[in-house]
Amino acid sequence: MNPTLSIALVASFIGVSCALLGVFLVLRKMTMVGDAISHAVLPGIAIAYWLSQSRASLVMFVGAAIVGVGATVIIELLRKKLRVQSDASIGMTFTSLFALGVVLITFWSDSVDLDQECVLYGEIAYVPFNLWIINGTSYGPIALWSSSVLFLVVLVYLIIGYKGLKMTSFNEDYAMVLGISAGLWNLSLMSMVSLATVVSFESVGAILVVALLVAPAASAYLLVQKLKPLLILSAVYGLLGALGGYGLSKLIETSIAGSITTVLGILFLFSLVIQITIKTKKTVHALES
Amino acid sequence: MEKSIEVHNLTVSYHSKPVLWDVDFSLPMGKIIGIVGPNGSGKTTMLKTIMGLMKPDSGYTEIFGQPLDKVRSRVSYVPQRESVDWDFPADVMDVVLMGRYRKNNLFRRISKDDKRIATEALEKVNLLEFAHRQISQLSGGQQQRVFIARSLAQQADIYLMDEPFVGVDAATEDAILQLLQEMKNQGKTVVIVHHDLQTANEYFDHIVLLNTRLVAAGPKNEVFTKDLLQEAYGGRLTVLSKLGDLISTEEFPLREPEFKENKPDKE
Repeated sequence: MNPTLSIALVASFIGVSCALLGVFLVLRKMTMVGDAISHAVLPGIAIAYWLSQSRASLVMFVGAAIVGVGATVIIELLRKKLRVQSDASIGMTFTSLFALGVVLITFWSDSVDLDQECVLYGEIAYVPFNLWIINGTSYGPIALWSSSVLFLVVLVYLIIGYKGLKMTSFNEDYAMVLGISAGLWNLSLMSMVSLATVVSFESVGAILVVALLVAPAASAYLLVQKLKPLLILSAVYGLLGALGGYGLSKLIETSIAGSITTVLGILFLFSLVIQITIKTKKTVHALES
Repeated sequence: MEKSIEVHNLTVSYHSKPVLWDVDFSLPMGKIIGIVGPNGSGKTTMLKTIMGLMKPDSGYTEIFGQPLDKVRSRVSYVPQRESVDWDFPADVMDVVLMGRYRKNNLFRRISKDDKRIATEALEKVNLLEFAHRQISQLSGGQQQRVFIARSLAQQADIYLMDEPFVGVDAATEDAILQLLQEMKNQGKTVVIVHHDLQTANEYFDHIVLLNTRLVAAGPKNEVFTKDLLQEAYGGRLTVLSKLGDLISTEEFPLREPEFKENKPDKE
């Protein structure tokens, strides 16, 4: 497959998946938990990689995703049972787990082919070289498979879970009184975020994946006030960020992940300006009439 | 007489400080019941424990003689208005339809029946014309009515409301009171957490007077005596009685800002 096309596709699948999940993180005021998950998956990735000796294996995805969900469980435990402040429990949990991951990677540096640079920043440009080969036949880049499966899983999850997510994001107590388990819904969303983070991590790294989760949703939230349009606009922003960022990086020959995030930042500013313009116009209109 | 809610030797603590201490009472059916008490007396905690949102240290509660899990479909809850973010991207209809969500229909589409029931509920609170308005653009009173409409859409037999009269305009207050009477006439039971002593007397048939411990529970003429109120409100009542005899003159509005803002029993 054409390398440019495969990179663009991977960036788009990841961008849109994260943008969709990010909407619910923003609505639940849990974007920092997304940040925490993206760092906390590192020891999971290291251990799974050490066990299976291959990147992008199913074991790695599942193992790392479980650690990510484990991180959210630890955060909740610290906060609810031990009464550590909410931001402090997030800060403690993800830095500890991330540190454990760094230690493991350096400890196993002979057998684990992961470097810290890649962990932090990712390298989507290598996507076309990491092929899925069975018995000598190539089935295309592994990241293309993992990111497209991620996109499908997220889409199905959101379609099935739409009502449950909407309800528990708006009013958790009320949902619980109706017998709907808010805890399970939260856990399911965190599992999805965790999965998305693991899949995105190789391409954009642990730091920039947070931008993919937060920026499109936060930008869209400035402009629309209904949930479905919000999801759609956020996905569009995710896509624009991915493709625009890739284009920008080709144009000025720079880091792809960095360019994607820069474009997402510009989109946010753009939304902000539009929002302020609309508000001012409305006020002027109201004053005139 | 049949009982709507029974509370048995209930002790609940929050951060290992007791908020409710050995509270024991039962409530009648088909009445408008007020849970009244000063700030931090455990009113909201009481409601949350009955609704299964807080776990008691000891004791238990029953609704219609059964544990909550058996009668969930007959119970409706109206949380405090401030407990949610009204900037959430939803319109009025979206929120009212949530009253139709159930564990077993969560993965199905909203039915025509659900829409009809939600529309009727909106009509009852006079908000039908606002059905497609963003919830962020509503006034406090309208928000409260949306919450009540959502609760009505559940078509329950007992309704538990947490401070529905806080920060609402006179029109909403009247609308709610009228609705409560209607519900009572249909044989529904309504339990309301309320901090305003003055209005409590006119709103409710039956009153639970709470101050961490149970002070009294019964028909309002038995509970609303100077001695019992003194016991529940303690020193605060003495200060107030100097301003005028609280119980005989019913015009004095007990609406100090602290009653609205500092609620230690709220999470």
